[in-house]
Amino acid sequence: MLKPNITKNTEVSSNQKHNQSPFKLARKRFLRNKLAIAGIAVLILFILAALFAPLLTQHDPTKGDLMLIEKPPSSEHLLGTDSSGRDNFARLIYGARISLTVGFSAMLFTLLIGVITGALAGYYGGKVDNLIMRAADLMLALPFLVLALTIIAILEKVTVGIFVAVIAITSWPTLTRIVRGAFLSLREQEFILGARAIGATDIRIIFKHFIPNAIGPIIVNATLLMATMIIVESALSFIGMGIPQPTPTWGNMISEAQNIRILRDHPEAWVPPGLAILLTVLAINFIGDGLRDTFDPKSNRR
Amino acid sequence: MTKQNKNIADSPILNVRNIKKYFPIKGGVFKRTIGHLKAVDDISLSINKGETLGIVGESGSGKSTLGRVILKLIDATEGSILYKDTNITSMKRNQFRPYRRNMQMVFQDPFGSLNSKMSVAELVEEPLLVQTSLSKKERQEKAIEFIEKVGLRAEDRLKYPHEFSGGQRQRISIARALITNPEFIVCDEPVSALDISIQAQVLNLMKDLQEELGLTYLFIAHDLSVVKHISDRVAVMYLGKIVEIAPTSTLFKEPAHPYTQALLASIPTLNKKKTDEPTVKLKGDIPSPANPPSGCAFRTRCPFAHERCEKETPVLATQGVQHEVACHLLDGQDDVPIATKSDPTLKKISKA
Ligand SMILES: Nc1ncnc2c1ncn2[C@@H]1O[C@H](COP(=O)(O)OP(=O)(O)O)[C@@H](O)[C@H]1O
Ligand code: SF4
Ligand SMILES: [Mg+2]
Repeated sequence: MLKPNITKNTEVSSNQKHNQSPFKLARKRFLRNKLAIAGIAVLILFILAALFAPLLTQHDPTKGDLMLIEKPPSSEHLLGTDSSGRDNFARLIYGARISLTVGFSAMLFTLLIGVITGALAGYYGGKVDNLIMRAADLMLALPFLVLALTIIAILEKVTVGIFVAVIAITSWPTLTRIVRGAFLSLREQEFILGARAIGATDIRIIFKHFIPNAIGPIIVNATLLMATMIIVESALSFIGMGIPQPTPTWGNMISEAQNIRILRDHPEAWVPPGLAILLTVLAINFIGDGLRDTFDPKSNRR
Repeated sequence: MTKQNKNIADSPILNVRNIKKYFPIKGGVFKRTIGHLKAVDDISLSINKGETLGIVGESGSGKSTLGRVILKLIDATEGSILYKDTNITSMKRNQFRPYRRNMQMVFQDPFGSLNSKMSVAELVEEPLLVQTSLSKKERQEKAIEFIEKVGLRAEDRLKYPHEFSGGQRQRISIARALITNPEFIVCDEPVSALDISIQAQVLNLMKDLQEELGLTYLFIAHDLSVVKHISDRVAVMYLGKIVEIAPTSTLFKEPAHPYTQALLASIPTLNKKKTDEPTVKLKGDIPSPANPPSGCAFRTRCPFAHERCEKETPVLATQGVQHEVACHLLDGQDDVPIATKSDPTLKKISKA
C-alpha cells in the first residue's frame, strides 16, 4: 500500500543530510509562503521607487509653483499639483522615502530599546525587572497618541529624527514585554543552565543563547511594529502634528483631503498616497504573518 | 566487572557539609515569603577521586537541586562545599569561573539541554572558547577528538541538534562536558529520558570514559537499576535528605532503610528468583517538600512507622562499613508495633 506522502517523507530525510541550520530551515519555510513573498515584492517596489526618486521625476517635491495650484493630471504633472502648486507624483515617490524611513527607523529604535530593556528584565529578574516593568506599565497606561501629541506640541520644530525618537520612546513597552516573556520561558531551560555551567559570561549567555532562541517573536513583532509606525506617521501628519510641510510624506499628502473641494474634485491628489499606505502596511503585515508561521513551531507540522 | 581494583584513595575531591537549599514560597498580596520549600535539607557527603557516587530518589526528592548547588549553579542556603580542600561556597561568580573547567555537568533532557541554534562544533567548542585561550584551529582539533571519543563522527560537527536522536544528543552533551578535561562531573539523570537499549550504550560510554580519563562522577538517577553498574557507593534520597548511604554491593544485598527496600523491590528483574519474602511496597505519592511530614519524612508511606517516627527525626547512624542509615528501627530503642513484628522483612531490617 503505497501512500503518496511516503515519497515526501524520504525527501525530508534526505534533505536533512545537508546539515541545515535552523535558520536555513526557517528561510525555506518562509519562501513557501506566497502572500509573504508578494508582500516582499510590493515592499521592494516601494523601496526602489524611494531610492530612485530623482530618476523618476524632474520635479522638486518641496517647491511649489503658485501659478499651478490644484491642476488636474497632465503629461507634465502625472497626478496634478497640490494646493501649494507642488507636483503630486514627485511628492508621492519622495514621500515613500520619508514614510519608509520613518517606519523603519522608528521600528529599529523601538527594537533597540525594547530588546535591551526586555533582555535585562527577563535575564536579571528581581529589582531590575521590577523597575523596568513598572516603567513599562506607566508608559502603557498613558494613551500613546495623547502622549506623542503632547510631546510634539511642546517641541517647536519637529524633524524626522525627533519624530522617530518620540514614537520609539512611547511604544517600546510592548516589545519589552514580548522579549521579557520569551526570556522568562527560556530561563528555565537546561541549555541556559548548561551555558552557566561552562562559565559563560552574562553577555555571551544573552547574545548567544537567549536572543537566537527568542528571535522569532522579536522579528515578527518588529515587522508588525513597522507597519504601525507608518500608520502613526500618516495619522499624525494628517492632523498636522507629524513631519511639518513642505517635507513630502504620505500623511502630509492625505491631509490635503481635509479640504472638501480637493476631497470631492481631486481624488488623484489623495487616493494614491492613501493606496500607498494601505499597500505598504498590508505588504508588511503579510511578511509579518509569514514570519510568524516560519517561527511558530506548530506550523512545522503542516 | 567490579570496581574493586580501582584505586580509591582516601582523598575526597569533593566534600559537602550540611548543605541546605530552601526555596522561598511567596504568597499573599505583597508576594512575601510565607514559607520554605526544603529541596535539600542538611546533606553531607564526600566523594573520592575516581569514584562514582550514585544518588537515587523519586522525582522531587531534591537530587537535581543538590547537583546544581554543588556546581554553584544555584546558591546554597546554608552549608559548605569544599573542592579539593578549597572552600568554594561563597566564591563570587568570576572567582569561581576557572574552577568550572574542572567541574562539569551532563543534564537530563536531551532535547532541552543543547542550544538548538548552535551546531555541534559550536556546542562542543564553546567551553574551550569560554575557558581557554586556544586558537580556533586548536579548538577545532580538540572538538573533533572528543566528538569521536563519544562515538560520533567528525562530519557530525556541522550538524545541528535537531538532526540527532536522544542518545546521540546525550553524547554531544558528554563531549561538551569533557572537552575541558574536568575531574568531576555531575551527571543529572543522563539516561533517564532514553530508551532502555540506548541507556546501556550511554552508560557504558560513560563508564569507559571514566576509566580512560580518571573522572569522578556524582551520578543522579531515579532508579536503582541504573546506578547499580556504574556506582561505587549509592546514596538514597527522600524529600531532601539522605536516608541511606552504602557501598553499592552492600546496599543491594543488605538494604536497611524501608525506603531503600521498597525501591529495590520495585526494580523489575528478569532473573530474580521468586521468593516468598514479602516485599516493602510503596503506597501513595511522595509528599510535597513544601509541607513535609513531621519526624521521619518517610513515615506517611512506611509500613513500619510507629509513634516515635512522628515525633523524632531519625539521623544518619553508622550501620556497617561505610554504611549509614537514618531510621528509628535500627538503634534498638524501639518497641516495634505488634502489627509489623511478624513481618519477615522486619527481621531482615533488625539483623542488618
Ligand atoms: N527554582 C526552584 N524554585 C522553587 N522550587 C524549586 C526550584 N527548583 C526545584 N524546586 C523544587 O524543589 C524540589 C526538588 O526538586 P529537584 O531538585 O528538581 O528534584 P529531583 O531532581 O529529585 O526530581 C521540587 O519540589 C521542586 O519543585
Ligand atoms: S524512622 Fe520510622 S517511619 Fe521512618 S523509615 Fe524508620 S520506621 Fe519508617
Ligand atoms: Mg531532577
